[in-house]
Amino acid sequence: MGVVVALATTLSFFLIRLAPGDPFSALLENPRVSPEHVARLRAEYGFDGPIHEQFASYVARVARGDLGDSFTHRRPVRALVSERLPRTMLLMGLALATSFALGIAIGVVQAWRAGSAVDKVLGAVAMFFYSLPDFWLALVVLYIFGYKLDLFPTTMIPAFHLGAVPWWERLGEAAARLTMPVATLALLTTALVARYQRSAMLDVSGRDFVRTARAKGVTEHGVLFRHVLRNALLPVVTLLGLAFPALLAGSVFIERIFSYQGIGYLTVEAVRNGDPELVSSLVLLMAVLVAIGNLLADLLYAVVDPRLRARA
Amino acid sequence: MFSWLLAALLIGGVCWGAARWRVAPAAHPGPWRTAMTRFRSQGPAMASVYLLVALVVVTALAPWLVSFAPTDTLIAASEQAPTLTHPFGTDFAGRDVLSRVLYGGQVSLPVAFLSVLLAATIGTAYGAAAGLASERVDGIMMRLIDAVLAIPRLFLLIAVLAIWGNPSVPMLILLLGLTGWFGVSRIVRAEVRALRGEEWMMAADALGASRRRTLWRHVLPNVLSPVIVAATLGVGNIVLLEAALGYLGIGVQPPTPSWGNIIQDGAQALFTVWWMFVFPGLAIVLTAMSFNIAGDALRDALDPRQVGQR
Repeated sequence: MGVVVALATTLSFFLIRLAPGDPFSALLENPRVSPEHVARLRAEYGFDGPIHEQFASYVARVARGDLGDSFTHRRPVRALVSERLPRTMLLMGLALATSFALGIAIGVVQAWRAGSAVDKVLGAVAMFFYSLPDFWLALVVLYIFGYKLDLFPTTMIPAFHLGAVPWWERLGEAAARLTMPVATLALLTTALVARYQRSAMLDVSGRDFVRTARAKGVTEHGVLFRHVLRNALLPVVTLLGLAFPALLAGSVFIERIFSYQGIGYLTVEAVRNGDPELVSSLVLLMAVLVAIGNLLADLLYAVVDPRLRARA
Repeated sequence: MFSWLLAALLIGGVCWGAARWRVAPAAHPGPWRTAMTRFRSQGPAMASVYLLVALVVVTALAPWLVSFAPTDTLIAASEQAPTLTHPFGTDFAGRDVLSRVLYGGQVSLPVAFLSVLLAATIGTAYGAAAGLASERVDGIMMRLIDAVLAIPRLFLLIAVLAIWGNPSVPMLILLLGLTGWFGVSRIVRAEVRALRGEEWMMAADALGASRRRTLWRHVLPNVLSPVIVAATLGVGNIVLLEAALGYLGIGVQPPTPSWGNIIQDGAQALFTVWWMFVFPGLAIVLTAMSFNIAGDALRDALDPRQVGQR
C-alpha cells in the first residue's frame, strides 16, 4: 500500500514535470501575458526552483491532502474530487452489488448444469459481454434504450437540481437516470464474475469433501448450496479486488457517455481540455483508490475465510 | 458489388481451406503436436481462428476490396445510411465507413499484435530474471511489479497520452507494450520458481550445463505455454484498450482510421449516425471475442492438468 502510494505520487509528479514545456510556457505565446506574470504563476503553483526541491514540496503538499488547483476549473482539485467522488462511488457501488448478485447466480446455474446447453449458452453470452468494449456497450445501450425505445432520460444533470420537488419524486427521477449507466457497468462485470464463479464451483465440486457429503446422503440441493457454493464463494471475494479497477476504468466511459458528472467524467474532461495538473492528480487518486480496494478485499477475505483467521 | 463477391469468396475459401487442412498423424506426437490436436478438436476455438484469419486477410486486401479510399471525402454524400455503394454508410465528411473500417483494421490489428509481442518479450525476460535471481533481488523485483499493477493501466495511459500529446502509431505500440508486461512477468516468474525445484533442473546443473544453456534449453521452453496463452488473451485485451484510447481521442490520430477513432467520429451525432458505431464496434467485438475464445482453448490444450477441472 505504502509502496503504491509512493510510486503513484512520484509518477504523477514526473509525468507533468518531464513533459515538453511546463503548463505555463503556452501562456508566453500570448503577447498580452508578460514574462513576469508567468514567473509569478510558476512560483504560485510550485513550478520554479530545482527539480528536487519541487519534488519535495510536491510530496509535502500531497501528504497534507492538497492536490493543487485545476487550471480549467479554477478550483482546488480536492474540492472537485469531494464533489464528484460520492457520485462515482454510488454508481460503482450499485453496479458492484448488481453484478456480483447476478454473476454468482449465473455461475451457480452454469456449474450446476455443467456441460449442458444452458451452460453453453450462458457461457457464450458471458464471453460476448466479456469481449465488449465498455464505451461501445454504453453507446449501444444509450442508442437503443435512451433514443429508439425512449425508456429512460438521456440527460443526467437535472436530477441533481430538483430542489423543490418532494423526495420520492427525486428518488424516482434519480432511479430513472441511473438505470442505464448502472446496468451497463454491471453487465460488463457480471460476465467476469459469472466466469469466475463457474470455474470456482467446478473446482470445489471435484474435492473429496464433496464426495464425502454425497456418500453420507446429503441431498443434491444440500451439496450444491451448503458444500460447494459456500466454498466456491471464497475465490470470488478476491475478485472484488480485481473488479474494482475494472469498474473504475469502465466508469470513465460510462460517465462520459451518460453525462454523469463523476470522477470519470472529470477525467475525460481534463484530458480533452488539457488540464495536466488535474489529470495527474486524478491518476494518483485512482491508484490510491485501487490500493484501498485491494486492501479491503484482502481484509474481507480474512473475515470470510476461517482458515486465515485461525492462523492469525 | 463486385468487391463484395470477392470478399465473400475469399472468406469462404480461407475457411474451407483451413477446415480441410490436416496434419499428418505422427506415431509419437510430441507435446506441442498433442496440444495442437486437442486445440483443433474444439469447435468454437477453431471457428474463432478461421474468423481471425478471415479478418486479417480481408483487412490486408482492403485496397482491392473497396472502391473508396479511407480519406476520400465526398461532401455531397456525407452522413448517408448504408446503401449498396456504401455498405457501412458514410461519415460526416462523406468518407466511406466500410473503407475506414477495413483500413482501420490495418492499423488496429498490427498495433495489437506488435504491442503484445513487445509486452510478452519484456515480461518473459523480467520474469525469468526475477525467477532465477536470489531471494532478495526477486523480492524487490516483484514488489515493484505489485506496485505498478495497482495503477489501472487505462489511467496510466490516459495520463501519459494526455500530457505528452498525440502519439504516432509506433509510439502508441511502444506505450501499449511498455505498460502491458507486468502480468506476464508475474506468470513467468512463478513458473521459473517452480521449475527451480524440479529434479531435472538439478540434473542439468549436476551435468555442468551453463546458465545460458539452462535458461534457453530448459527454462524458457517450459514457460512458453503460459506465455502464449497470456499473449493470446492479451491481444483481445489490447484491441479493446486501443479502441478505448481512440474513442477518447488520444489513441491513433485522425485522419488515419482506427476502430476506436471511427466510433469517436460518430459519437458526436450518435442518434443520427448509428452505422458509425455499430460496424467498427462489431469488428472490435469479433476480434476481441475470437482472441478470448482461442486463448481459453489454448489454455485447455496446453495444460492438460486443468482440463479435468473445467
